Amino acid sequence: MPPVISVRHLSKQFGDTLAVDDLSFTVHEGDIYGFLGQNGAGKSTTIRMLLSLVKPSSGEIRIFGKDLNSHRSSILRQVGALIEKPDLYKYLSAYENLALFAKLSGLKADRRLFMHKLDMVGLAGRASGKVKTFSQGMKQRLGIAVALVHDPPLILLDEPVNGLDPQGIADIRNLIRSLSRDEGKTILISSHLLSEIELTANRMLIIHQGRKMVEGEVSALLDPTRSLVQLDTGNDVETRQKLQQTGWKDLVQTTGDGIQLKMDLKKVPELVSDLVRMKVQVISVKPSSTLEDYFLSLTTRPGHVEAFTD
Amino acid sequence: MWKLLQIELFKIFRKPRTYIAFAAIAAFILLIQLALLVNGRQYLEFMLGFLDDGFFIPYDQINNGYWICFTILNLLLIHVPILVALVAGDIVSGEANMGTLRLLASKPVSRSQIILAKFMASVFYVIALLFWMALIALVLSLVLFGANDVVVAKSTELHQIEKADVLWRYFAAFGFASLALIMVASLSLLLSTLSDNSIGPIVATVCIIIVCTLISEMQIPLYDKYLRPYLFTTYMLGWKGFFYIGVDADGQTIKGSLQNGPAILKSIGVLLAYIVFFVSASVFVFRKKDILS
Repeated sequence: MPPVISVRHLSKQFGDTLAVDDLSFTVHEGDIYGFLGQNGAGKSTTIRMLLSLVKPSSGEIRIFGKDLNSHRSSILRQVGALIEKPDLYKYLSAYENLALFAKLSGLKADRRLFMHKLDMVGLAGRASGKVKTFSQGMKQRLGIAVALVHDPPLILLDEPVNGLDPQGIADIRNLIRSLSRDEGKTILISSHLLSEIELTANRMLIIHQGRKMVEGEVSALLDPTRSLVQLDTGNDVETRQKLQQTGWKDLVQTTGDGIQLKMDLKKVPELVSDLVRMKVQVISVKPSSTLEDYFLSLTTRPGHVEAFTD
Repeated sequence: MWKLLQIELFKIFRKPRTYIAFAAIAAFILLIQLALLVNGRQYLEFMLGFLDDGFFIPYDQINNGYWICFTILNLLLIHVPILVALVAGDIVSGEANMGTLRLLASKPVSRSQIILAKFMASVFYVIALLFWMALIALVLSLVLFGANDVVVAKSTELHQIEKADVLWRYFAAFGFASLALIMVASLSLLLSTLSDNSIGPIVATVCIIIVCTLISEMQIPLYDKYLRPYLFTTYMLGWKGFFYIGVDADGQTIKGSLQNGPAILKSIGVLLAYIVFFVSASVFVFRKKDILS
């Protein structure tokens, strides 16, 4: 069976800016595929190319084994998408918006189905409410209902939890998991939040400045035995020198502010003991979990990209 | 395609902005009708008074429903393009601005179909607008003022058309006006595909029409020779040609005739050519467009 999405050497240039640079990745059936990157990394441009909203400068996109360029309509009939913030027709109600986009996806009017989809995202009670009266979170949920209304096997969600409160984020996360687990949907979800991808995706790709940095199983990529730990001792130079005389020297990262070690989190107490023994004053030791730090951990290790790329 | 057109029409007629044009037209026409009901004779004396020395002018007969409708069209049709631009200029760019264009364009319908459906919806809107105008300007004027012969001034000529020979001319004039306004809608559509905000295409359409109308009307020999024949505005007021009646060798009007039928046909041809050009260009631009809004 061909992969659901197969992207090969995809590039997009806007004027002098190379938004996406020679990107290749594969999404398999049933995957929740995390597409991770900072704002401006090229995630949305890539998703827009997958939806044929933006024409690639070069490269190939195949979805369900078919070339997107030559089978656009038949492919898009099987794709549901939420692209960035869900802007809908503000002067129409939630139900009317849903019915309108369902019709565009080839569905006939089916009040029960539409109400079920609105119920699924917690908006059944506001079906007749005008979208202009909705909060950002409600619009986000309606956008997801629009993406799901025609029951597509492939769902592309671009930053789906943006603007949602913690409960809303948890609801959407559970919805994504259940769509994959119970209905076998293939989902590509983009985010700039590592934690979101970690909690929902089984595979992921990290994109930075339009280029792929790494692709692979989330469990392998976010392995706690290779966590980045930030050490604050008040005297970085002296601490670094002392660490160089110990078994920790290979774990010290050479770039970034302060002292960072890539290590197993379970070994943090042992590190602290050694530092105390060396008479290093330890102010704090904390694992770094921001995407930026994770990027640093990737980029400071030559060959890493190749090691984890399919 | 029909499904797309239904959706586009649904969107147009659910938007409050759409009804501004209908309200504006109704207000304008009712104001003219009220004015002519009260001061119709004085207005006619002001317009035709210079002929009083040589002719007997039956002012009360001229001030009838058909003549009032002609007067309304004469005053109003030059401004209706603004109202058309208000809707057609917003039809793509408004969606880009609102962010719905990306959702629309990611559905399994071709971009050409999207643009053609939007164009057809604009055509429907134009026809609805003119039907509304005809209903108030013609039907209501006939109810209020009755029917009689129409007297129309054309520079130094006066054209008198028997009342039995008038109605078809209005159908033809409204048909021609539809074509002219559809041309405006197609221009707005093209400008709309080039922009991501609504105001730009609306203002640009109005500016283009004002500038081209000025050039068409200025009667400067240089412009008359090199610009005027190619401007669409030169042909947009061709509907008046249906009220210029032909005469025989004795100077008697010929019922059912037109003074210059070929000129009207030429105007129709030019307007159609512009429509085809603007719509084709819109499809071309939209198919190539990266939707980043």
